Amino acid sequence: MEMNFKIFRFDSEKDKEPYYSHYTVDAEPWERLLDCLNRIKWEQDGTLAFRMSCAHGVCGSDAMKINGRCALACQKLVKDYQGSEVVLEPLPTFKVLKDLIVDLTPFFERVEWVRPYLIAAGFPEKERLQSPEERKKVDEVIRCILCASCVGACPVSNENDKYIGPAQIVQAFRRIFDSRDQEKTERLKQLDYPDGVWACVNYFECTRACPKEIPVTKSINKIKREIEKLLR
Amino acid sequence: MIFKHDVVIVGTGLAGLRAALEVADEYDVAVISKVYPTRSHSGAAQGGIGASLGNEEPDSWEWHMYDTVKGGDYLTDQDAAETLAKDAPRAIYELEHMGVPFNRTDEGKIAQRAFGGHTRDFGAAPIKRACYAADRTGRVILDTLSSEASRRGIRVYSEFNLVDLLMDKGRAVGLAAYELATGEVHVFHARAILLATGGFGKVYKTTSNCFANTGDGVYLAYRAGIPLQDMEFVQFHPTGIYGLGVLISEAARGEGGVLRNREGRRFMEDYAPTIKDLAPRDMVSRAIITEIRGKRGIDGRDFVNLDLTHLGKQKIEERLSDISSFAKIYVGVDTSTDPIPVSPTCHYMMGGIPTDVDGKVLDMNNTAIHGLYAAGECACISVHGANRLGCNSLLDLVVFGRRAGKMIRLDLEQADWPDLIVNPEVKSLIKLKGILNRNAGEKAVHIRNALQTLMTKNCSVFRDEKGLRRALDELSTLKARYENVVIDDRGKAFNTDIMEAAELESLLGLAEAILVSALARKESRGAHFREDYPERDDANWLKHTLIQRTDEGRRVFYKPVNITRFEPKARTY
Repeated sequence: MEMNFKIFRFDSEKDKEPYYSHYTVDAEPWERLLDCLNRIKWEQDGTLAFRMSCAHGVCGSDAMKINGRCALACQKLVKDYQGSEVVLEPLPTFKVLKDLIVDLTPFFERVEWVRPYLIAAGFPEKERLQSPEERKKVDEVIRCILCASCVGACPVSNENDKYIGPAQIVQAFRRIFDSRDQEKTERLKQLDYPDGVWACVNYFECTRACPKEIPVTKSINKIKREIEKLLR
Repeated sequence: MIFKHDVVIVGTGLAGLRAALEVADEYDVAVISKVYPTRSHSGAAQGGIGASLGNEEPDSWEWHMYDTVKGGDYLTDQDAAETLAKDAPRAIYELEHMGVPFNRTDEGKIAQRAFGGHTRDFGAAPIKRACYAADRTGRVILDTLSSEASRRGIRVYSEFNLVDLLMDKGRAVGLAAYELATGEVHVFHARAILLATGGFGKVYKTTSNCFANTGDGVYLAYRAGIPLQDMEFVQFHPTGIYGLGVLISEAARGEGGVLRNREGRRFMEDYAPTIKDLAPRDMVSRAIITEIRGKRGIDGRDFVNLDLTHLGKQKIEERLSDISSFAKIYVGVDTSTDPIPVSPTCHYMMGGIPTDVDGKVLDMNNTAIHGLYAAGECACISVHGANRLGCNSLLDLVVFGRRAGKMIRLDLEQADWPDLIVNPEVKSLIKLKGILNRNAGEKAVHIRNALQTLMTKNCSVFRDEKGLRRALDELSTLKARYENVVIDDRGKAFNTDIMEAAELESLLGLAEAILVSALARKESRGAHFREDYPERDDANWLKHTLIQRTDEGRRVFYKPVNITRFEPKARTY
């Protein structure tokens, strides 16, 4: 079937203003929007720039705005966009570097800031024991692939560039609720400030956007409750 | 620019990162990657990482070693297999200590499950040996190592593509890399270089591999005159989602899933009566293609079904949630009620840059090349022989990545700074400017599609002389066409157009190495099945293939297999 695309274009080397390019490609219903993007790039216009790698929702490279919603192009199928033009734009809140490629440096710096690693000392000879129930507490958040869709979708992140961000809080959650981590209180204190967890006002857009179906908002609220319980 | 670091590692998958962690406390180490570290392809590994922890049932490293050797159809170097199996439990505990969120047993230990080719008591029955975190084991280990690397302040150059390996007087002295954001070619001057660039499944049309897997490190080593080992051994994973090749983990069968043909029959009973669906991947892939050729594919078509419906919703949600979401998203299948349509997909390269068990790259005389190391899928130790077992790959990465790091640390006590060659970036600039300035020619996509089609058609699960010769002929035409490759993008920022054209040179070169090696090996062993030579022939072919580019053309030669404990026997399951 024929698919029509309207794609955001901007190259800081030569463009003063962004503009949109229109493309038409033939695609099978079961193909991914990423397949269409690749066909456009490979066959029609090699200047079009976007990131991609695994093409099945594991690496998190091809997050973008698809008809107004942040998502991964490799997880969306042609059949679900029949009959309408597909508008592709870069993830909101981020600085556009070229076309659909945004500057992720601040995103990864903020991930670093929450210390996304386990802090613990005194290892046994073998593994530390952890009950299946304890382990289950992080079962959903370990799905995070750092694609930044949630940040792009978050109305708070869009307005307040100081907000630490939903993905970063998910990363913190992974350690706060890991029974093996020994810095729980410190981690909670770190997020307990106006632009930390308290900036979230439950729009649930992050949850809707998450391509790995992580209950992001619920996780943020859980941290808020933990702060109330342990720090107040 | 010229960047100077004691150690430069290419690739931020598990092998590269694990090596970096080993070196970082003592030396200045930098890691370069085509992507952001957490987007490396190790993250796509699903099912598990093997070790004889014995948390679910008694196990021993000897059994693990035996399975690895037999799984590799006795081409496995047994000193390497012994190292892998013995070091595995330590490696898993180390990952656990770093924070990997493994699933747990009721006692709180690391949970383990069955995987293809892993058995108890030297082949008696399947064993639970694969440690796992749901079906995203690779991803959570990658996240863990990557955050550990940044915690230790390891310098990472993200979105830098390797474009040249700089060798001088038989020694590695540095490398050239293309910075995607700026279009600049930078030179990295180093005392030690570790290649950890992964596989190159993109040589084939249908693959579980990511777009970044174009084997640039392996190809550049080959171009520099370093031989490549066992390149004919290409693993096709039995269960890729039909049409797309997206991986459905072997864990699906480890947890009890079965393959069925159009008659609904569990056909693996015919091919591997003892361990059935948990036979090694080469055997299962051959079985699937044999069923399809016998018109027993679903509706007579070219796929079979992977049936998980009897596992129950809870088990699927707890242990196989990612693959279930893939089935849902890409083929609209609810795995708890319907089977997944699957067919073999190119998955893993057993061959690569020859190394010893400490990551030192070996030249044509089997002597270590000063300053050059390789680890992970790009290397061939050979710990996987003619066919890798599932859940041995993640293990290989952390075990041999660490060993390479240790060796580098040791070598650096002695190693001086090599002189950088004159105009180190010039070769890369000439090549890239040649593409950039060409006005007329053919787009990369046509050449790449033709390459992937010819490799898929002639050098997949089954091969024969006629097909391989035809493929080599066609390949030389494609190489000639590549001389006229043309791109649209003349800009500097994020010119992925030119990088994809550059990567195509890697794919073409590696396809040549695969085809020539496959044509030369006149026997069937592991993943290399010759229909014109269907038997394994230990008398003539129990040896590793090496292929090298020389001034006089391609040269194929061989070296012996290291056999210590297990004499080759018939390989039945």
